[in-house]
Amino acid sequence: MSNAVIKCESVYKIFGSNAKQMLEASNGNVDAKTFQEKGCIVGVNNASFEVSKGEMLVVMGLSGSGKSTLLRCISRLTDATGGKIFIEGQDLLSLNNKELIELRRNKMGMVFQSFALLPHKTVVENIAFPLQIKGIKTEDSISKAMDMVKLVGLDGRENYFPRELSGGQQQRVGIARSLAVEPDIWFLDEPFSALDPLIRKEMQDEFLRLQEKLQKTIMFITHDFDEALKLADRIAIMKDGIIEQLDTPANIVLNPATEYVRKFTEEVPREKVLLIEDVMDKSTSNNLGDLKVLKDEIIENVAEKILTQEKSVAVIDKNKKIVGSINPTKIINTVFGGRKNNS
Amino acid sequence: MEIFKKYPKLFQWLFLLIVFFALCFAIDVPETYKFIRGQAEFVKDPNQSTYVFLGKEVRYYAFDVFWRLPPLLGWLPIWINDSLFFLMNEWMPMEFWNEDTQEYKSRPIVLQISRNLTAVMTFLIELIREVLLGGLETIVAFTSWDWIDKNPWAELPGLPWTIVAAGATILSYKLSGKGLASFAFLTMVYISIFGQWKPSMQTLSFILVAAPLSFIFGLALGIAAFKSKRIEKALYPILLVMQTMPQYAVLVPALVLFGVGDHAAVIITMVVAVPPMILLTLLGLRAIPPEVIEAGRMSGCSNWQLMFKVLIPTARRDILIGVNQVIMVCFSMAVISAFIGAKGLGFNLLLALNQLNIGLALEAGLCISLIAILLDKMSLAWANKQTDYFGNLTFLQRNKNLLFFGVTVVIGILLAYIGTFLFKGTFNYLFEVPHNKGISTADFWNKGVDWIFDTFFVYIKAFNTWLITEVLQPMRALYLRMPAVATLVLVVGAGYLIGGIRSALVVCGLTLFIALSPWWDRALVTTYMATFGVIVSCIIGFSVGTLCFQNKTSAKFMLGVCDIFQTFPSFVYLIPVMMLFGITDTSVLIAVIVYATIPATRYTIEGLRSVPVGLHDAATMSGVNKFQRLTKIEFPLAFPHMMLGLNQTIVFALFMVIIGAFIGTEDLGQYILKALSDKNGAGIGLTLGICVAFIGLIFDNLIRTWVDKRKKHLGIA
Repeated sequence: MSNAVIKCESVYKIFGSNAKQMLEASNGNVDAKTFQEKGCIVGVNNASFEVSKGEMLVVMGLSGSGKSTLLRCISRLTDATGGKIFIEGQDLLSLNNKELIELRRNKMGMVFQSFALLPHKTVVENIAFPLQIKGIKTEDSISKAMDMVKLVGLDGRENYFPRELSGGQQQRVGIARSLAVEPDIWFLDEPFSALDPLIRKEMQDEFLRLQEKLQKTIMFITHDFDEALKLADRIAIMKDGIIEQLDTPANIVLNPATEYVRKFTEEVPREKVLLIEDVMDKSTSNNLGDLKVLKDEIIENVAEKILTQEKSVAVIDKNKKIVGSINPTKIINTVFGGRKNNS
Repeated sequence: MEIFKKYPKLFQWLFLLIVFFALCFAIDVPETYKFIRGQAEFVKDPNQSTYVFLGKEVRYYAFDVFWRLPPLLGWLPIWINDSLFFLMNEWMPMEFWNEDTQEYKSRPIVLQISRNLTAVMTFLIELIREVLLGGLETIVAFTSWDWIDKNPWAELPGLPWTIVAAGATILSYKLSGKGLASFAFLTMVYISIFGQWKPSMQTLSFILVAAPLSFIFGLALGIAAFKSKRIEKALYPILLVMQTMPQYAVLVPALVLFGVGDHAAVIITMVVAVPPMILLTLLGLRAIPPEVIEAGRMSGCSNWQLMFKVLIPTARRDILIGVNQVIMVCFSMAVISAFIGAKGLGFNLLLALNQLNIGLALEAGLCISLIAILLDKMSLAWANKQTDYFGNLTFLQRNKNLLFFGVTVVIGILLAYIGTFLFKGTFNYLFEVPHNKGISTADFWNKGVDWIFDTFFVYIKAFNTWLITEVLQPMRALYLRMPAVATLVLVVGAGYLIGGIRSALVVCGLTLFIALSPWWDRALVTTYMATFGVIVSCIIGFSVGTLCFQNKTSAKFMLGVCDIFQTFPSFVYLIPVMMLFGITDTSVLIAVIVYATIPATRYTIEGLRSVPVGLHDAATMSGVNKFQRLTKIEFPLAFPHMMLGLNQTIVFALFMVIIGAFIGTEDLGQYILKALSDKNGAGIGLTLGICVAFIGLIFDNLIRTWVDKRKKHLGIA
């Protein structure tokens, strides 16, 4: 892909004093166990992928799976042990300190799990911080930060200190701060994990609204599979530093590549995740009923209508053109059908 | 055999003790052995053996090696001395321009540096002192004596005490509120009307120079240690030794390097005050969540911006706690520095104690204590104060404290002016109450002391005699009876059992240093006094702590009491005990017990408090009663923390035992005191200080290693 904003080629991150030599000796064939015996811990193991412009890649994995480490390699908060990382075609690992700072000041924004706000600055000062670091005049940076305050819906609280805000509000500040420099690439490291479930859902919706508007290139880290399904364009599932599967949410739910991935998908309410488009028959037969459904509908919303039909139902796109069909049995199979065997 | 397998550690310890006692009985006291008192070492005795090392002749009484090791390090103090002398007087002479004689003069470079440093310090102290008290040396430094004769108006008048008092009150109000403000006001008024204004301001000016300098150096070194592992590793042993080194002992080398007076004291105070600042800076920077640092990096901070805009502001509280520590250390050094001629409260206290004028000493001591509490509370309030948003306040609101202070300055000057009419011909009490011309209660206290002595003398004497003959003398004899080899085996064995080979080696090295110094016997006496103090302190502290813990209010109250007592410079504790028990070992030991009980109590309460609430509830639901909960749940879990308290108790006890030399004890402290008045004392004083520090470090190493292991075992590390 030519418009890949982030591109990783066999990225490795191995912790330990002689990690580099061991990686070279292993010839790219890293086995976590043998490495551990020799005192090295494998964080990221041979990660290769691309994220294109405006796409949201969610990296999902349990704690210790290396997802945060991978993100820190790409933001170069730690240096990868091996492999190549390109940001908009630029070789990240070859940048010197000054160029790296320039890149972060203009291209990257990052949100953290524990918010990581500066305790001695007010909301608006926190948001203006990256701008002031760049050397923008105080008044300009504050007025820009005020726009951001409005964007995340914190107007009226701009002069509060972080200690006076709730968790959700603090994370709004964190989000606003990461967006203040108008970065192209947006890193989010478990941004909603520290919030309680109701606030989390609210923040996810808010986040989707923002992304609709801003169309950033996003890498989003989470340990919550439902969150991944809800937000992602594509999901990368990681285990022990290895990317087990990288695909669209629908494909992961329908065709889990490994036993490990399947465990996550088993409990997923498919009707809430899958779209008609994901399960429809691409071939259009003539024997269709009168009902027509949009291909972007979530199954749950139209299942009742389809199931009351006897014939197959026509699937149309936005231009009302018929692109496929779906019959009630298919719906039943999808929702209740043999999950273990994945019909 | 079963029992061996069940309690392997127990039998290892038993075995160690058996070996120790066997050695003690097997090695007889040599007939020639006697505890050497006073100057005996410096008198040449035909019975002494000698050896020469590095050109230094060491004389000592030779015993069986198993009984006492020969002082193989005896050359060290002499060598340090000679090296210092060489550095100061002979090394690298250079030509320096002399202002007074208008010619070049040859001087060793170290001496020149020391003189220049001294001059700068003297200037700074004088400057602040003259702002507070008035004087003309600062003006003279910029002009000349002739100029000041012609322009007598240029002499600094000094601030009226009313203004300083108002300033302290307003600052306290800003930092904390009404409570601290009224305390500050009362303290200042007390100082003034009891005629302690001048020495207090002298002490204050000392702190105002020493504390900021220590802060800057400490912060810089702390940052350096944070940035570079290598610097941290290099600093670590120095920090460790400085923490257990009696403050008293560092005064001696200061005498040689910088002479007598405030300037020498300021420089040496920095040596003592910088280590805690480094530690707290490091601690604060380490405690910053890694995500905050990453957030700073991702915001595009350069290293410099990251340090000053992200790290230091985030670690603000810990750094300000460091400032609090620095101020307290500076204050206690300001008092102790009286021994090397620093002016101020400590000097008055020392004078009063020397004259046995307990009443005067008590007044000075009270003054010192009040100022200590005030400084402590103010700096803590600063650390805990959170910034408020002030952008929306008007100019008046924002600067009301400053404006208010401006008004009081005017009023203070007016009052002082009115005073010149009110008190014509006598002292202007509205300007400054001269030293010892205020109210004094000294006579009252002296009479009280006399009365106590007259009334209770018989009982005190009887108690004293009983304690000394029945407890202290036998204990001391027991300690001195230990053969050096047996002691070494005991300590190293304990090190091995607690921390393995590494710990054993460390304590072996520390013990050997003391054993090979010429002062092994003295060190044993120091240890015996400290041990006695620690045992009694721990019994009192652990029980008081446990009792107070039963009730939330009393626990809080007790911690508050500990806080206050801890701020007093150790020297102050000697006043009341001298008042009651006169000049005996008992006085020292009672001072040790009072002082060392503070950490024992504090750590007990803190330890018990730190037991998780969940466990508490779980225990209650299992149906334990209060006593069972204490013995089965709280004590086992709090024990490691209480052991850290023991560690602190030992350090406190050692400090006090050493200072007790002022009253007259026969231990290492006595020699340190002697070294202070000896012109060749620098090496001796420093080596003695290191010996004391090493005694503390032996216990420190053993206890800490044990606590770390235990905490890991309990899963509360």
